[in-house]
Amino acid sequence: MALIVSLPEAIAAAVHDGDTVAMEGFTHLIPYAAGREVIRQGRRDLTLVRMTPDVIYDQMIGAGCARKLVFSWGGNPGVGSLHRFRDAVEHSWPGPLEIEEHSHAGMANRYVAGASGLPFAVLRGYSGTGLADRAPNTRTGIAEIVCPFTGERLTAVSALTPDVTVIHAQRADRTGNVQYWGITGVQKEAVLAATRSVVTVEEIVDVLDPRPGAVVLPAWAVGYVALAPGGAHPSYALGYSARDNDLYVAWDAISRDRAAFGRWLDEHVYGGEGTVSEPASGEDTTSERAGKAP
Amino acid sequence: MNGYTADEIMTVTASRALRDGMTCFVGIDLPSAAANLARATHAPNLVLIYESGTIGAKPGSLPLSIGDAVLAETADAVVSVPEIFNYWLQPGRIDVGFLGAAQIDKFANINTTVIGANYAEPKVRLPGAGGAPEIAASCGEVIVITRQTRRKFVERVDFVTSVGFGDGPGSRKYLGLTGAGPQKVITDLGVLEPDPVTCELVLTAVYPGVGVADVSERTGWELRVSADVRQIPPPLESELAVLRDLLATLPNADREGAAR
Repeated sequence: MALIVSLPEAIAAAVHDGDTVAMEGFTHLIPYAAGREVIRQGRRDLTLVRMTPDVIYDQMIGAGCARKLVFSWGGNPGVGSLHRFRDAVEHSWPGPLEIEEHSHAGMANRYVAGASGLPFAVLRGYSGTGLADRAPNTRTGIAEIVCPFTGERLTAVSALTPDVTVIHAQRADRTGNVQYWGITGVQKEAVLAATRSVVTVEEIVDVLDPRPGAVVLPAWAVGYVALAPGGAHPSYALGYSARDNDLYVAWDAISRDRAAFGRWLDEHVYGGEGTVSEPASGEDTTSERAGKAP
Repeated sequence: MNGYTADEIMTVTASRALRDGMTCFVGIDLPSAAANLARATHAPNLVLIYESGTIGAKPGSLPLSIGDAVLAETADAVVSVPEIFNYWLQPGRIDVGFLGAAQIDKFANINTTVIGANYAEPKVRLPGAGGAPEIAASCGEVIVITRQTRRKFVERVDFVTSVGFGDGPGSRKYLGLTGAGPQKVITDLGVLEPDPVTCELVLTAVYPGVGVADVSERTGWELRVSADVRQIPPPLESELAVLRDLLATLPNADREGAAR
């Protein structure tokens, strides 16, 4: 049954050095506040899993949290490169970063397999690509498989089963049932594939009245729920906040330069307003939103 | 160019390739502008599908990312990421998909992964695959949009992220790729199309003021040229007006070159 705790408590309890951590949210509902909390708590040697590493993993990679990245598209959407990610791959800064690379369809199906309790999923994909060629040598979880019914050659991808999945949702109730809507991405699969889970939410309410297209995760399938209003910023939470496209654009210059990135970390993660922990009562919790940290 | 930019004629050319009623898998950047231009002009019933799971999006302003709120708010349906790939793309329900390229070769294979021969120590680390390999495999057809340079249009890509025609005739069938593959490569000079027999990209059309020699010079293999190279009509004033209005709605419209 979900425990409703503060964000620092949830991260301390669920995310450990060396863990395989998935922080999902497809452009929408990216759990940025949780990502900054992982940096703040100094986690190391993480295997970070995410379809689109996005600016959230650029921050965590640059801060030295990651040993390995499992992903399918590592860019700043509509803007350009993720420079901390590139610096790690191209120059091993701040340390070497092992990569395990897939397509979106492959990653999505790997989560589906994990959520289904199966060792692999099947899709028509990867054939003829360099991603598949690399698989036999590097154990990236891609293999050819023959359909036992039709004989068609298909592709198997191994299940993703993170130690912990972290997501951001619009709301939870006081029992810890979680509700999110809009672009729902792959979060349900990622949570159900993981051993532990943390859900940060915009608000905690008495009753989760129905919303069109909403996904509900029952409290008994969720590990920790933490209140983090604005916790998706500069991503967004439909109905609560708008995507801060200016910050995604501004991130290009911040992340391009190691020193500028260091100053960003000092200002927005290690110091000042970033360290505010959310009161359990749910009152006056606008610090993250006001902080404008990307 | 007179009165329009390279990006504009590329976008207009891509837009003209879309027919009303098609289902279209859209990426950010030029493809998004092209698809929305088509929807605002000759193809009002074009179905825009973004990989974030938004099906039938009708954005009034151009999104910066494939997951902007305006897409979810205007979509006929919003589905999960596993569903968009497994239920909608994989079975061939989507007629046309747009792809970009950091490198493309004469068989229209696309690289968006690494530049350099050694994957483990790349000269340049690119974003990677995203949805592209399965779009290339399973969309009814693919339109590639990319600027043309010798460094980009290479004999053989450093890494095959998305398969065009593989090693040539028969490759797609052998690999089990169900779609027809890239049918147009729209560049800042003109359009290349695959030869129906050899699968090699052939120059079939150029923009006003562009010569065949200009295109050959910016191609890293010995470019074959159609016997009947068509000249693409310049963008109409009406197309440019709608396109510019659309581009002005981009969240970073004031940042020069931001969408490139």
